[in-house]
Amino acid sequence: MDLKPTPQEEQFRSELRVWLHENMPAPFEGDTSTPEGSQAEFEYLRDWQRKVYEGGWAGISWPKEYGGRGAGLIEQAIFQEEFALAGAPTLVNALGLAIIGPTIIAEGTEEQKQRFVSKILSCEEIWCQGFSEPNAGSDVAALGTKAVLDGDHYVVNGQKIWTTLAHVSEWCLLLTRTDFEAPKHKGITAFLVDMKTPGVEVRPLRQITGEAEFNEVYFTNARIPVANMLGELNKGWGIAITTLMNERANLGGSMYISFKKQFETLVERSREISNNGKVVAKDPIARQKMAQAYLDLEVFRHNANRALSKMVKLKVPGPEGSILKIYWSELNQRFQQTAQEVLGPVAQQKDFDNGDWIYGYLRCRANTIEAGTSEILRNLVAERVLGLPKSY
Amino acid sequence: MDFDLSQPQQLLQKSARDFFKRECPPEKVREIMATDTAFDEKLWQAVADQGWTGLIIPEEFGGLGLGVVELAVVAEEMGRAVLPGPFTSTVWASAVIARAGSEGQKAQYLEKISSGEMKATVAMLEGSASWNTEDVMLSAEKDGDNYRLNGTKEMVTDAAVADLILVTARSGADLVLLPIAAKTDGITITATPGIDATRKLYRVEFKDVVVPQSDALESGYRAKEALEQGSRVANVAICAEMVGGMGWVVETSVAYVRERQQFGKPVGMFQAVQHKCADMLLFTESSRSAVYYAAWALNVDDPSAKLAVSVAKAYTSDGARETGNRGIQVHGGIGFTWEHNLHLYYKRFKSSETMFGDATYHREEIAKQVIDEEGHA
Repeated sequence: MDLKPTPQEEQFRSELRVWLHENMPAPFEGDTSTPEGSQAEFEYLRDWQRKVYEGGWAGISWPKEYGGRGAGLIEQAIFQEEFALAGAPTLVNALGLAIIGPTIIAEGTEEQKQRFVSKILSCEEIWCQGFSEPNAGSDVAALGTKAVLDGDHYVVNGQKIWTTLAHVSEWCLLLTRTDFEAPKHKGITAFLVDMKTPGVEVRPLRQITGEAEFNEVYFTNARIPVANMLGELNKGWGIAITTLMNERANLGGSMYISFKKQFETLVERSREISNNGKVVAKDPIARQKMAQAYLDLEVFRHNANRALSKMVKLKVPGPEGSILKIYWSELNQRFQQTAQEVLGPVAQQKDFDNGDWIYGYLRCRANTIEAGTSEILRNLVAERVLGLPKSY
Repeated sequence: MDFDLSQPQQLLQKSARDFFKRECPPEKVREIMATDTAFDEKLWQAVADQGWTGLIIPEEFGGLGLGVVELAVVAEEMGRAVLPGPFTSTVWASAVIARAGSEGQKAQYLEKISSGEMKATVAMLEGSASWNTEDVMLSAEKDGDNYRLNGTKEMVTDAAVADLILVTARSGADLVLLPIAAKTDGITITATPGIDATRKLYRVEFKDVVVPQSDALESGYRAKEALEQGSRVANVAICAEMVGGMGWVVETSVAYVRERQQFGKPVGMFQAVQHKCADMLLFTESSRSAVYYAAWALNVDDPSAKLAVSVAKAYTSDGARETGNRGIQVHGGIGFTWEHNLHLYYKRFKSSETMFGDATYHREEIAKQVIDEEGHA
């Protein structure tokens, strides 16, 4: 056991730091509450990711032949950490990077890899993921969006929901039903779908925070070339599992840093403001709650590093990803609740810290739902890690 | 970065697991805990013969000279077996002596501890039940070349079997550390039985106990540092013990709910039960991550070590209790019986929870370091 970084890891970190220092753009300063402003911000982020790609820093652990850097998972984690530490703008092709790229690399044909992967990194093509449906949430395998063969195309009809980034995406990794007689897990096929295909319609979905991060996507007789099938016919469930595992495992570093920054802001505010008649930082109960938030965060970091170490050895994300995901999602909810509790009524004010505490408090409710509800993840832990019988 | 145990550490883990399975099965634990002192001479010597009483003692004093991670590995297996007796007490005393003793004092005590000839404990807690070294008040008055001790220590672990009691006391404003033979005149040791019969507690009273000043280890600031640092090492051992116990509870509970049938199905098929099992695993693995990080940080003297130990103790104290609660719950009635071994672990968790400070104590320690500006600077 040696938790010190190796000299190569140190070297990677310092090169990246230098690059970030020299290349990071000034923060975006438009008004993102207007459609024009939000479009402008999107273009700003797209330019930034292109620059990161051209600098050779996109797809750290992806193979070189598809435009990646060919480094390891630890470097990937360091990259995420440094990005968050520097306060760099996010890489906007988030799903492509975290989930879809690795899935195409694992499951795609050589043509598909050549065609799609480097454009994910360069941000030339933004991706979304069409999995959930109104009647297929936790039970994704019950999805009903139909794909029927017609010559050299599949004709797709149905509806997806909770589709992040769909409104700006060029492409979508879509799960469809292609066999209506087979058991539900055995009739699913994945496609790579051009969002400009006639019959694809995107409608934004306004959420509890007031923004529209997610969308509904409707497919009406949309024709998808057979060549755009990912993996084999009716083998889409395996692909779904690969992506979901990547989704849950792909965390750690950046998440820790962003939570840590919020914690540090909370500490600063706690020294400045009073609640229930006491300076927050001097109130023994507030101190207990904040210390609990701190230790929660540290335990998450140790869990993430331990899981990363294991993944480096085994090469694939394992079911431990489910434990990590349960941990960070519930940690953030505990943290946001603590922040509201110790800061008191001012934390509900829109002009206090830009309304960040309101946003954090509301947004975190989704954490235990998106990317697998805490209930489904506990089922997975029970079945796949503890070996208990399937309950449903 | 590699967060896995190394090959030699894995071998140590396996040999410790096999050893305790063989030498300390539950029937043995029950037999030992029913005695007045929870001490078994033969078992103690067998542990010492493995070199474990001197695991972290430098080789020059007869120890194995291993680090805190290895200590955690062995302590975890002890926790899995609920090993009774004065192991942690002795490690604690030895860790303080190693940091505050002169070369002569180290040779005098550590060699005998390594060989198993000497069992030791630390008498620290007083009526205030505080783990803060500032709250040590037992009076050590200077009297010629001697100290004269008067006062009472509470909840001293294994005092009745310890050959040596390392007494923390106050002389004027200074903290002093005095290794004293348990049989010294003026010391009265009274059993104060607690919830956990595998780790016996005692009241130790000092009435005009005379100790030569030359017996004292380092005093003042250096005594405080040594006591705190040595206590952190023992604290990590206690945390690792809890992790071992939690591992046992998870495995035993999962095996049980797979077998136990109700409504014609194994109860482990019901999500209400499954989710409790998943929580137990989450507490256990998260505690393991925190504890091994703290062990590593202490071992390499990382700047985060002090905070890391408080993080590990606060998290594990709560996590072990919560794991025990769920373990009993998913067992149903059988988990509440004397016959089932769960209560051995459940009670040990409770006594370990408060030893070296409970979660509340360590959260305040964290707050001092991360919230207070002076701690922050």
